[in-house]
Amino acid sequence: MTDPAPAIELQGISKSFGPVQANKDISLRVMPGTIHGIIGENGAGKSTLMSILYGFYAADKGDIWIKGEKRQIPDSQAAIKAGIGMVFQHFKLVQNFTVLENVILGAEDGGLLRPSLAKARGVLKSLAEEYELSVDPDMQVQHLSVGHQQRVEILKALYRQADILILDEPTGVLTPAEADHLFRILDNLRAEGKTIILITHKLREIMEITDTVSVMRRGEMTATVKTAQTTPEELAELMVGRKVLLRVDKAPAQPKGAALEVRDLRHVDTSGVERLRGVSFDLHAGEVLGIAGVAGNGQSELLEVLGGYADATGSVTLNGSALPLSGAGCDGMARRAAGIGHVPEDRQSEGLIMPYSAWENSVFGYHRDPMWQSGLLMKNAAIREDAAGKMERFDVRPPNPDLAAKNFSGGNQQKIVLAREIERNPDVLLIGQPTRGVDIGAIEFIHQQIVRLRDAGKAILLVSVELDEIFALSDRIGVMFDGRLMGIRDAAAADQRELGLLMAGVGEDEGQDPMAAAEAAERERERREATHG
Amino acid sequence: MDYATLLQVLDSTMRLATPLLLACLAGLFSERAGVIDIGLEGKMLIAAFFSAAIAAATGSVWLGLLAGLVSSTLLSFVHGLASITFRGNQLISGVAINFLAAGLTVLIAQDWFGQGGRTPSLIGSGRWENITLPLAETLRPVPVLGPLYADLISGHSLLVYVGLVMVPVTWWVLFRTRFGLRLRAVGEAPEAVDTAGVSVTGLRYAAVGICGLLCGLAGSYLATGLQAGFVKDMTAGRGYIALAALIFAKWRPWSALGACLLFGLLQAVALRYQNIDLGGITIPVQVMDALPYILTVVILAGFVGKAIPPRAGGEPYVKER
Amino acid sequence: MDKLPPWADAVLVPLISLLLAAALSALVILGIGENPVEAFRLMVEGALLRSAGWGYTLYYATNFIFTGLAVSVAFHARLFNIGGEGQATLGGLGVAIVCLYLPWPHWTLAMLGASVAAALFGAAWAFIPAYLQAKRGSHIVITTIMFNFIAAALLNYLLVNVMKPAGQQDPATDIFPAATHLPTFQDMFATEANPLFRGAPGNVTFFLAIAACVAIWALIWRTRLGYEIRALGHSESAARYAGISPVKTIVVAMLISGGLAGLMGVNTAMGEAERLVMNATEGAGFIGIAVALMGRNHPVGVFLAAILFGFLYQGGAELALWTNIPRELIVVIQALVILFTGALDNAVRMPLARVFAMRRKPAE
Repeated sequence: MTDPAPAIELQGISKSFGPVQANKDISLRVMPGTIHGIIGENGAGKSTLMSILYGFYAADKGDIWIKGEKRQIPDSQAAIKAGIGMVFQHFKLVQNFTVLENVILGAEDGGLLRPSLAKARGVLKSLAEEYELSVDPDMQVQHLSVGHQQRVEILKALYRQADILILDEPTGVLTPAEADHLFRILDNLRAEGKTIILITHKLREIMEITDTVSVMRRGEMTATVKTAQTTPEELAELMVGRKVLLRVDKAPAQPKGAALEVRDLRHVDTSGVERLRGVSFDLHAGEVLGIAGVAGNGQSELLEVLGGYADATGSVTLNGSALPLSGAGCDGMARRAAGIGHVPEDRQSEGLIMPYSAWENSVFGYHRDPMWQSGLLMKNAAIREDAAGKMERFDVRPPNPDLAAKNFSGGNQQKIVLAREIERNPDVLLIGQPTRGVDIGAIEFIHQQIVRLRDAGKAILLVSVELDEIFALSDRIGVMFDGRLMGIRDAAAADQRELGLLMAGVGEDEGQDPMAAAEAAERERERREATHG
Repeated sequence: MDYATLLQVLDSTMRLATPLLLACLAGLFSERAGVIDIGLEGKMLIAAFFSAAIAAATGSVWLGLLAGLVSSTLLSFVHGLASITFRGNQLISGVAINFLAAGLTVLIAQDWFGQGGRTPSLIGSGRWENITLPLAETLRPVPVLGPLYADLISGHSLLVYVGLVMVPVTWWVLFRTRFGLRLRAVGEAPEAVDTAGVSVTGLRYAAVGICGLLCGLAGSYLATGLQAGFVKDMTAGRGYIALAALIFAKWRPWSALGACLLFGLLQAVALRYQNIDLGGITIPVQVMDALPYILTVVILAGFVGKAIPPRAGGEPYVKER
Repeated sequence: MDKLPPWADAVLVPLISLLLAAALSALVILGIGENPVEAFRLMVEGALLRSAGWGYTLYYATNFIFTGLAVSVAFHARLFNIGGEGQATLGGLGVAIVCLYLPWPHWTLAMLGASVAAALFGAAWAFIPAYLQAKRGSHIVITTIMFNFIAAALLNYLLVNVMKPAGQQDPATDIFPAATHLPTFQDMFATEANPLFRGAPGNVTFFLAIAACVAIWALIWRTRLGYEIRALGHSESAARYAGISPVKTIVVAMLISGGLAGLMGVNTAMGEAERLVMNATEGAGFIGIAVALMGRNHPVGVFLAAILFGFLYQGGAELALWTNIPRELIVVIQALVILFTGALDNAVRMPLARVFAMRRKPAE
């Protein structure tokens, strides 16, 4: 008996965005009627690969076979014709359309809507019964819960008679209960012979639902294994990689009193989602506290709140005096004046004004300091001279203060930001993703600077999605998951694999089951949403 | 005010509201598809000129209309080229188009007719005739309704009725056809249209084309229906009032009719009365002139019902990051 | 995408846009049966070869410098202030009130007072759109357009019903007192032997405009406010990170922009007409858009572009006088400049970038 042709076969797919190679020579076989997981850290290239498969981006190189036929997929139309449906991480729905209208968009029968809508209503009804995919067809999408919006996306694909369904991080925005429901739907789809590709970074989901799993790391496909023949531990290793640990020479920390006391910090974003759900910790002078976690679990919001440009409730005390968390006196400049420096996660959209020269950027956020003013004017010459010194001390290349920030490499951009924030000698330094998009040489230098600042008795809060980096620099490590801090460990006693599991939302913490607690909170949120909506 | 005067004011309202309505529906198509258009004024103006010029030259109002439609649509595609193909600034493109029309019309008018930027006055078949609806004269003696029918409903030129019919047609196209569904989708979430395998560019060009045609109707009516010939800058800000009406109507066809009738009424009143005496308080005519704009600002400020424009308006669609 | 070197972006793109606009305009002139070369010669002769021509050119340029600076300051904060026309109208009103109703001993003081009033009135007219944009997200382009029309209606009302002297027909104020007469170029530079700038409206306000260029240059590139305006214009997220208030910065930038547009009133009402008339702005508020785009939002560029447009305006008037080409030719040129530098700039930039990329490759 011969195997059936793979539903999807990719050979040698490569794709670059400018200098960043998102996919390197990727090959993949997905068998029909299975759920195939693709797992990897953020930025591993999973979404890019699937976007290529859906005709959203064009691959630079490589071939695609669908059900044994070689196919060109230049646009989404071609992908739909080939029977591929995609549920993007960020839904592609028209918010003020009804469910029915969204479902038929682009797949109408004839020029008039009425027959299409009537047909879709019938199809939706039977799909709803078949796959537990019920959703009110006349509701506007903007009034649906996230889980229901996702069902609309799945319905869209099924309505187009897709038999290959790609789901990109489908549970990232779902409550556990919604996620469970989604998995039942996927089970039903598989039972009907559909092929499903599930992209995720959550090990639990992979173990629970997939038949086969492929691991991606840094744009490459590193392994494909049968799910039944592997363990979460093995996958965690494959995913994070047994990289040579970054070694940073550092003496044991000499922590002193708490510089920053954070209590019950809560933050609700503009769409009404609570992104921080009661975060509390002490940050001591002379230590690096690393915050690990998968991106999107509240770390960015934590930095924004502490940095003064996102409102919050709770309390933050800096060296004994309380900081305002909203309203007047709560902005980036006030925080800097109080002694909190901040190297933001995204230097290109926050830390730097890209068209500004290096010297202009060297005072960004400090530009109102009296030391840079003479009367009405800024002391541009003095700033420029000072910037040249900073660039020399931080080994920025080329050391040309007149060059615009956008013309420096990532590492040198980061050094400009670091120099600005560190040389002001802050009591507390917030650092987000210090080495994202930074070359190896600069990584080492940046790490040394962080340790040097710690040894000078400063308190450092380090947020990174790179577990290696967290281990290399931190004296204590906390993991954030879903807006909460899942307990803090001593770095010396912490185990990388265990933290990896914690980040993925698996594991226990000091006798208390965080998953259970998180789930209880989720249910609480769901209940509240239900009563509000 | 007696009944006859009231009818006269309302009759004049109908006439004045028609170019606003056609231009407003033009803007509605464009902006519903995510292409902001502040060049309605220019497109109306160029259509007004070419309709009048060709009508004057050929003596045919229909050929004039055709010329108006073609010129306005061409200008519309310039806007499309800038905003869709070259992903330029839609606002600046609209401004440029208004000036282009303002300049070109006078330039060509002077060259063709040598009358200081105007066309000769249109006579006879160069103008739209007023259509007398059936039984208008027979029914006139009927009290109240008779004059209403004979003076207000009957006796307008074809394009007035076309304008009125365009309201349900626009509604029907937008909300009852596949094209309308896609058009609205592309103004709200072009990425949804793109991932559904439909061309964002094609839809937007179609919308811009329709916008050009409707502006052409508006301009034609101005020069060959409302007035008898083209004079320099004859749109006199009507394109902007139409834009205001569009916002006022929150981008909805039936509300657009209401807004344009309201603004048309304000113009009609301003035209008829210099100052209005309301029991001791005199409202100067300039208040009538300014009222459409003031009302629009109030609506925009969101104090009285927020006007939420199509979500993707003004943003060129870029697929890759 | 291929990138252009900064100098090409600053010089080559506007220059090519201008050439494209000029070429198309030449075609238009050919189309109406005139000779473009002859037309250009007439324009140069009328606008640049006689001192009176310069007097007009610089008079127009003064208006365009103010409105061009107004548009460019707003552009730096990534705001499109299309309301220069209305703000300039209000500026003229401020000038008229100050000149008519306050006693001035000398023109210098009168000019100072009128300038302050013009700037305040213009700024006030920009405030509401600015506030609505910053606080409520109302689109500033639409609100400033609306405010142009409201300004026109307001001025119309005031001139017809309030400020027009009894018995006068045309809607305009009384002539300003003699003490508020601003020295024209003729007053300043003409001698018995050499009657320069005769009858031209160019006046001392031109120097105020130059001062405004210098002041705006200093503001944008030398003060912390300018630093913040530009930062906000480049990246609102970065501005928030740094602690720059978007609301405050938007409002302040628009107040400055409106004030600059208002200052134009000093030139038109006080320097030229010596009274306030209807539609004194003559579309200069809109030309400011072309001037700012052409001048790449830099005061030096704005100054040069304003002179260019002043030349076009005066030259256009000469053309209208001697040929069958109406003044509206200038409006066409202006439209083409706006189109190519502001909206179709990618159509100029993309091929240019390809040329540069091709030239670079062999060198590597």
